[in-house]
Amino acid sequence: MELLISILIGTLFAAGIYCLLRRTIMKVIVGIMLLSQAANLLVFTSAGLTASIPIFANSKTGTAPLGHADPIPQALVLTAIVIGFGLVIFSIALLLKAYRAVKCDDINSFNKTDRIS
Amino acid sequence: MILLLASIIIPFVTALVCLGNGSRPAVSRIVGVAGAALLLISSILLLKETLASGYIVMQAGQWAAPFGITLIADVFSASMVCITGVVALACAVYSLREVPEQLIRKHYFALFHFLIMGVNGAFIAGDLFNLYVWFEIMLLSSFVLLTMGGQRDQLEGGVKYLVINLFSSILFLSGIGLIYGKIGTLNMADIAFQLSQTEDAFLINSSAMLLLAAFGVKAAIFPFFFWLPASYHTPNVAISALFAGLLTKVGVYALIRAYTLFFHTQFDVVQDILLFLAGATMVTGVLGAAVQYEIRKILSFHIVSQIGYMVMGLAIGSSLAIAGAIFYTIHHIIVKANLFLIAGLVIRKCGTADLKKIGGLYKWAPGLSLLFFIPAFSLGGIPPLSGFWAKFTVIRAGLEGQHYLLVTVALLVGVLTLFSMTKIWAEAFWKNKEQTDSETDPYAGKKLPFSMTAPCIALALMTVALGLFSNPLFVLAQTASDQLLDPATYIETVLNPEP
Repeated sequence: MELLISILIGTLFAAGIYCLLRRTIMKVIVGIMLLSQAANLLVFTSAGLTASIPIFANSKTGTAPLGHADPIPQALVLTAIVIGFGLVIFSIALLLKAYRAVKCDDINSFNKTDRIS
Repeated sequence: MILLLASIIIPFVTALVCLGNGSRPAVSRIVGVAGAALLLISSILLLKETLASGYIVMQAGQWAAPFGITLIADVFSASMVCITGVVALACAVYSLREVPEQLIRKHYFALFHFLIMGVNGAFIAGDLFNLYVWFEIMLLSSFVLLTMGGQRDQLEGGVKYLVINLFSSILFLSGIGLIYGKIGTLNMADIAFQLSQTEDAFLINSSAMLLLAAFGVKAAIFPFFFWLPASYHTPNVAISALFAGLLTKVGVYALIRAYTLFFHTQFDVVQDILLFLAGATMVTGVLGAAVQYEIRKILSFHIVSQIGYMVMGLAIGSSLAIAGAIFYTIHHIIVKANLFLIAGLVIRKCGTADLKKIGGLYKWAPGLSLLFFIPAFSLGGIPPLSGFWAKFTVIRAGLEGQHYLLVTVALLVGVLTLFSMTKIWAEAFWKNKEQTDSETDPYAGKKLPFSMTAPCIALALMTVALGLFSNPLFVLAQTASDQLLDPATYIETVLNPEP
């Protein structure tokens, strides 16, 4: 399972970087989304995947079951998803505003600030 | 312990109050400045206490490390928090008249203090994931501050700033994931402890490089710096001064922290890369500045170049070198924020920042000229200003470490820095303004309000003071550096606190 997810993460990273390098604004947004999902998945998988043994303590002994899933990556990935969500929304809003100001969806025309005055 | 929390809580509460008073700009202004002043006082107390006790550690919710979230201040963190307070107060006072009311109504001061909260949080975070979260808080507020004016330049620069920094955050998050996967902890002290136990350098190489790229983007080192000169000259001057002073230095802080703490025992794995990056950062930054004719663009490229000196200090890695890097960082924050603020005064006086269009300021505004002279030539490294001692320390450490090539590069870059500063000086201050007769003051009637000059004067006086009496700061930097190079005590303090 980890192997499959690793391949998926790699594909997502490759696709995201490819999209980021394209010139259309829309693809930049898609690229950011793909990359942030790839990073989230990577964090989620980092401790290995354990199916159906949640870390619920046994009510009598007070100990967690043997071989339980590590809850920390799950907590981390929840935080990361929320942050990533906010950032993606902000990027969409900013790129929309930039698109309206530049009136062109080609990133190469975003060069006013790079010119030497 | 309360002081540690105060450096996050004060900006947070200030931001919330400003957020609630968005429709009352007068209240926002007063609260914004008062919050910054309060933060400065608490950060000075924090520095005093860390100097007395070495480390201040707090475990959130009483969960012992490595399970809870650790907040920790050592001398290095505390001095960064302290200098953040200084810059925050200067920029807040400067903003009173400089930032238009329309932006203040758009919650300028709230975002300002959220940014400060993120910066301070990053300085005292003792947990890698926590550091990531503070970075995001800082970044998101800076995105909004950068683009809130809504002009085309700001949006264009904002897009570049946003995309590159988001990418670096993603790299950082991936690095965190890999570190957790390999050693099963994210507490910085615990990571350092686990890594010092392992002999296998290649085990940690991938995450070390991901962190280098992630922090490198934030610190604007070569080859990751292109977002900085594309965006820093676009927003309101008060905002760019705040960014110039603080944001890249958070990246430098993170680099120094990560490479002295986590990779202390395997430092030679990254040392060559860091040495190369330091040299390349200095050279590209200063050459980029040489062709520019817009004051803030020149200064932006100089941020990049100066970051090179700080990374050089880190890369050499001896006790003196790290002390030099810390000294350099503190000197640079004051000087660079001040230069941007003064560029704002020039823009206000002349209506433009284009060096070709302005001139004659030395004749008509001698006070402003003197004010510019001090930080500019401190940046260039002229004795006895603070920049000289900063450069001197780093270069001396380089000579002791026998990195002669890098030292040569550093000296040459120092000359070129001076060239850039002389260029601004000659064009803006000495040269006569074109197409005007030289007898009437072209800038008459453009008065500079006291609330804008006062922060510049205060920061300039600090630069002079740090130059003439550099010893206390140097002792502070040396203490911080010795603490950084002794990670065992850091680990011990966090993991096995005395009851």
